[in-house]
Amino acid sequence: MAGTLDFSPDDRYNAFITTCRQAPFSDGALAGTAVAVKDNISTAGIRTTCASRILESYVPPYDAYVVGLLRKAGAAIVGKTNMDEFGMGTTTETSAFGPTRNPADPSRVPGGSSGGSAAAVAADLVPMALGTDTGGSIRCPAAFCGIVGLKPTYGRVSRYGLVAYANSLEQIGPMTRTVEDASRLMSVIAKYDPRDSTMLDRPYDHRPSADIAGLRIGIPEEYFGEGVDPRVAETVRNAIAVLEGLGAETVTVSIPGMRHALAAYYVICTSEASSNLARFDGVRYGPAVDTRKTWHEAYQDLREEKFGTEVRRRVMLGTFALSAGYAGRYYAKAQVARRNIMQDFERALRDADIIAGPTMPTVAFRLGEKTDPLSMYLSDILTVPANLAGIPAISVPCGRIDGLPVGLQLMGRQFEDERVVDAAYAYEQEVRA
Amino acid sequence: MITESDIEHIAELADIGILKDEVPEFTTQFNAILDYFEVLDTVTGEGAPAAGITNVFREDEPRSCLTQEAAIANAGSTENGFIKAPRVM
Amino acid sequence: MKTIVGLEIHVQLATTTKLFCGCSTDYRDDEPNTHCCPVCLGLPGALPRLNKRAVEYGLRVAKALDMKVPEESEFARKNYFYPDLPKAYQITQYDKPLAVEGTVEIEDDEGHEKIVRITRVHLEEDPGRLVHVAGGSKYSLVDYNRSGIPLLEIVTEPDMRSPQEARRFLNKLRTVLEYLGVFDGDREGALRVDANISLEGSERVEVKNISSYKGVEKALTFEVTRQKNLLRRGQKVTRETRHFMEGRGITSSARGKEEEHDYRYFPEPDLRPLRVAGWVAEIDLPELPVARKNRFMAQFGISLNHARTLTGDPKLADFYEEIAHVDPVLAATWVADTLLGELNYRDMSIAAVPADRIAELLELLKEETITDAAGVQVLREMLDACARGRPCERPVAIVEREGLARATGGEFTQIVQAVIAANPQAVEDYRTGKKGALNFLVGQVMKETRGRADPRELGRIVSECLEIGGV
Repeated sequence: MAGTLDFSPDDRYNAFITTCRQAPFSDGALAGTAVAVKDNISTAGIRTTCASRILESYVPPYDAYVVGLLRKAGAAIVGKTNMDEFGMGTTTETSAFGPTRNPADPSRVPGGSSGGSAAAVAADLVPMALGTDTGGSIRCPAAFCGIVGLKPTYGRVSRYGLVAYANSLEQIGPMTRTVEDASRLMSVIAKYDPRDSTMLDRPYDHRPSADIAGLRIGIPEEYFGEGVDPRVAETVRNAIAVLEGLGAETVTVSIPGMRHALAAYYVICTSEASSNLARFDGVRYGPAVDTRKTWHEAYQDLREEKFGTEVRRRVMLGTFALSAGYAGRYYAKAQVARRNIMQDFERALRDADIIAGPTMPTVAFRLGEKTDPLSMYLSDILTVPANLAGIPAISVPCGRIDGLPVGLQLMGRQFEDERVVDAAYAYEQEVRA
Repeated sequence: MITESDIEHIAELADIGILKDEVPEFTTQFNAILDYFEVLDTVTGEGAPAAGITNVFREDEPRSCLTQEAAIANAGSTENGFIKAPRVM
Repeated sequence: MKTIVGLEIHVQLATTTKLFCGCSTDYRDDEPNTHCCPVCLGLPGALPRLNKRAVEYGLRVAKALDMKVPEESEFARKNYFYPDLPKAYQITQYDKPLAVEGTVEIEDDEGHEKIVRITRVHLEEDPGRLVHVAGGSKYSLVDYNRSGIPLLEIVTEPDMRSPQEARRFLNKLRTVLEYLGVFDGDREGALRVDANISLEGSERVEVKNISSYKGVEKALTFEVTRQKNLLRRGQKVTRETRHFMEGRGITSSARGKEEEHDYRYFPEPDLRPLRVAGWVAEIDLPELPVARKNRFMAQFGISLNHARTLTGDPKLADFYEEIAHVDPVLAATWVADTLLGELNYRDMSIAAVPADRIAELLELLKEETITDAAGVQVLREMLDACARGRPCERPVAIVEREGLARATGGEFTQIVQAVIAANPQAVEDYRTGKKGALNFLVGQVMKETRGRADPRELGRIVSECLEIGGV
């Protein structure tokens, strides 16, 4: 049943950077399903901008591995979604193509950085979308927009073709309205790709099961402490109670390394980003660099003009964190902190099968509310630990506060993505029924 | 404490331009963020995360390359199959 | 004043594909940007994949240089901006190299054996190539065909004491690399050297960008003179980086930004660490130059000098072994003393010479069908044909066509008598017992007969004629 899908959405939330009005599709598990792809995932013949002026007209000559898998599964790729520039943000406001609005309340941000994918799904423009998650960029917008978002185990989905922001932290993952769809999309994209040397050959092929009797759920006190809106904490505790009602048990666990998590995360991601984004020099791609200037001058002028402020800030932070005389204090310490956090989770996940907490400490911010970079960074505190530990984490809608969605975050052991999907599915089935 | 001239030096090292009137705000924000990073001074223990998987290779077998046309298609300016870049010296 | 030299050698490994992608390494003479893919162009989203053979080649070198291979090694990013570096970082190895602490044995300036210590070897990717447009143009042209070619960087301790020692070290190293089959010295730019040089007690100077073996000795000799002259004038040597300008044979200071690098190394997050120490035991090294030299002397009964020359290049040694069956000593003499010189003169590689034809030539010499002088003439004809890409004639055909077959003395009696008649002074000298006079007369006859006769036999005939003439 191959064919072409007409796609002319009413994009009132600015979810898309590029739409494909005539999207071809073929036979397969997702035959004819409209799938939106975050604009930092390479699509052959469709421009891939990372929401940056520096890649405004860049058309990749190749497909990301996951995009090839989508096409093979019959999906119709209907567009490229808006995001924070290069994934650097928690609100989708740093996009060079203007902010995306939250369909649940258009005066609010959709979260970020995969805000366009979340809004496209939440507004019913597509049933499923791909996002990427470096420090919460799938789960945060999923929570803020009231949809499901899964950050897979690091090494489970190929990063080949994902424009790198922070290689050691990020994964591509599904964003959908239901857990079942997230699992279906995950089954398509989580296949071994030898081109990604950091992958393990652990394909995901799973139908969610709602039977969670006996599941041990770890509750880390750090996820309900200072900085977490008490109404969010209460909503999430109620959701955990639903899981208990389904036969799960709760145990208290502790992640003491959490106090270092955010600093470690920002040192690592900006360090890697400072290196990853250095290639955008206007020579091989991007807007032409002025070849009449001397090269340093030409690069600096181009990068000042074409990179947004947040990107330049993070590139500079990372450059500083790696520079001679400071690398020991920042980059090296952050690696130690990361190892400690990994060990904290390993320990906690011996006492528990999964760990539960809020996805975000608050509900969606108002547009323009977070002007200070540090206060924006602080809102990532509950999502970055899963990236540092490389473990799977899902956000599933678990209620609303003043009409604004709240996400329940479930984290599991490495390569036990199936288990967090099952727990999320059990919850979803129970509250829908 | 990071000074405005440090910020200019870091921008130079990163080959990223910043405008004169951006420097004071960048400096303030940098210092706030670095203050927060001071928590890393309390990290104890040693060593980076364990290696996990090692020895990932491909065989020495050729694959097809892009055509010259595709290789330089995204370049802003080209000449006889070469890509133009600012002069180094 | 003691001269102290240490070298960093970048060797292109002779793999089929690049270090991190499947693009072919055989890019020379091809159009720019035709050996490129998303990985070696540094396109957004592309990921490196490590070529196993490059690691094996690196370990082969490590084993041949008697190095230690640490339990774990790792790739790192070296961050710097340069238009030929597509990712704006080079994937290299930093604090966890492939192998450390090896040795190479060379001859010092007095002819004694000495050890040059190898600090480390590591794998890294070659950048692309910049073409500077002539005529004061404001831009450069970039070709990424070379981008991603596997390099092995070999770093020595500062153990060499003269430019000549440095050259001998490089020759030795190159020979070993060629024996190991990991390197093709015929490829232009396949070996590039940075040299650190200081005079004892003075600052160290780094000379970058030397792209030939001969260039290393030249650059270092220039530096020694320059630094000594500075000191003689009471000035100081500045610690700096200098570039070697091959065409002018001088070094010039690379002042400015290039010297303030802060490379911000960190482990490459797109690649996994290596644990390959266990592979070393599995490696079967081929016979290396020293062993082959000793075998040649024992097996073929040839001199140390001939054995050393013949084993200095594995292709030459293979060539010799192919033709040694005719007569090992004769073959050694002809290859080492005559053929090599003729090849150098024509800038030809031994690979272009057909061994079977040379063996036939040796047969003619061994049977005394032709003289040595005629042999040289035949050899030159053959090489000239090869050099022009023409089919190489059989030596017998050349001998026949040119009438070079050894002639017996009788054929020359007329010439001998004419020479005697034309040189009465020499005849007189001979009669008064001056031995040199005979050689002179024989030489004159040789000239007239274009080397077709054996000089010893000619000597006999000339003296016979002189005796007869005296009666």
